[in-house]
Amino acid sequence: MKSAVLVFPGINRERDMARALRLASGHDPAMVWHADTSLPDGTDLVVVPGGFSYGDYLRCGAIAARAPVMDAVRSFAASGGMVLGVCNGFQILCEAGLLPGVLMRNEQLKFICQDVHLRVERSDTPFTRGYNAGQVIRVPVAHGEGNYEADDETLKRLEGEGRVLYRYCSAAGVVDEPSNINGAAHSIAGIVNEGGNVLGMMPHPENHVEHVMGCTDGRGLFAGLVAHLERAA
Amino acid sequence: MKARVTVTLKSGILDPQGKAIEGALKSLGVDGIASVRQGKVFDIELSGSDKATAEATLKAAADKLLANTVIENYRVEVLS
Repeated sequence: MKSAVLVFPGINRERDMARALRLASGHDPAMVWHADTSLPDGTDLVVVPGGFSYGDYLRCGAIAARAPVMDAVRSFAASGGMVLGVCNGFQILCEAGLLPGVLMRNEQLKFICQDVHLRVERSDTPFTRGYNAGQVIRVPVAHGEGNYEADDETLKRLEGEGRVLYRYCSAAGVVDEPSNINGAAHSIAGIVNEGGNVLGMMPHPENHVEHVMGCTDGRGLFAGLVAHLERAA
Repeated sequence: MKARVTVTLKSGILDPQGKAIEGALKSLGVDGIASVRQGKVFDIELSGSDKATAEATLKAAADKLLANTVIENYRVEVLS
């Protein structure tokens, strides 16, 4: 798996992401600067990591979404390339028009930094094949704007087309109000685009990949991507 | 030429920041406030002098960056 991690000013999770990718694939990802206008040859996964690109000025992810490198990411995604956006990366992908909807301020107006449980809604996608459908995983979140919202029409399409891949839930896997930490519509934690090749999610699977982190539930996502891409190659 | 772009949340979009401000105003005893919605104002200096061009430029700026038209409306005014 040849992955590329985008680096914007103000991003702070790019090294965690690079470490998780190296652990899963055995290869170092290319670190691609925001001002670059192309991706390295042979890239088969682009990752937009978390952090606070451009200090969250204007709107979270708004300025990064218009950075020169994003044109390359847009055409990469349009030709079916796999793209993963985590946290600020999810916000950037929404602002860039690669995913529908928007991440609003958390309902209770607080920055939330804690472990959450996610229910994996299906296992037949490149982003979830490392898990079983209905499996509950524990991963951290750290965000102030993770409250996913979209118009009713979009939400209906996302649900109808099975594009919600990860949902906030209780430890037992129940999707209910108390476990919906940020007030997201339909408890949405992660969605894919129409083509199924672009995933955006608020939680940080890259921070639960080694025993020293106390949990390795995030590994499945990366292992699944590696399996998918190595089979494709 | 001076201009102003005002960006506001579309109606129906939840505005937790506006709600918090509304609550704070109420607790300060500022009476008569029914609700608050927070928006953004951009004061912009334009280099040209043609009003129609200026409006087109501002509209492009709002569509491309200043507003997220999924959730926000904007208004463009050329002031002088």
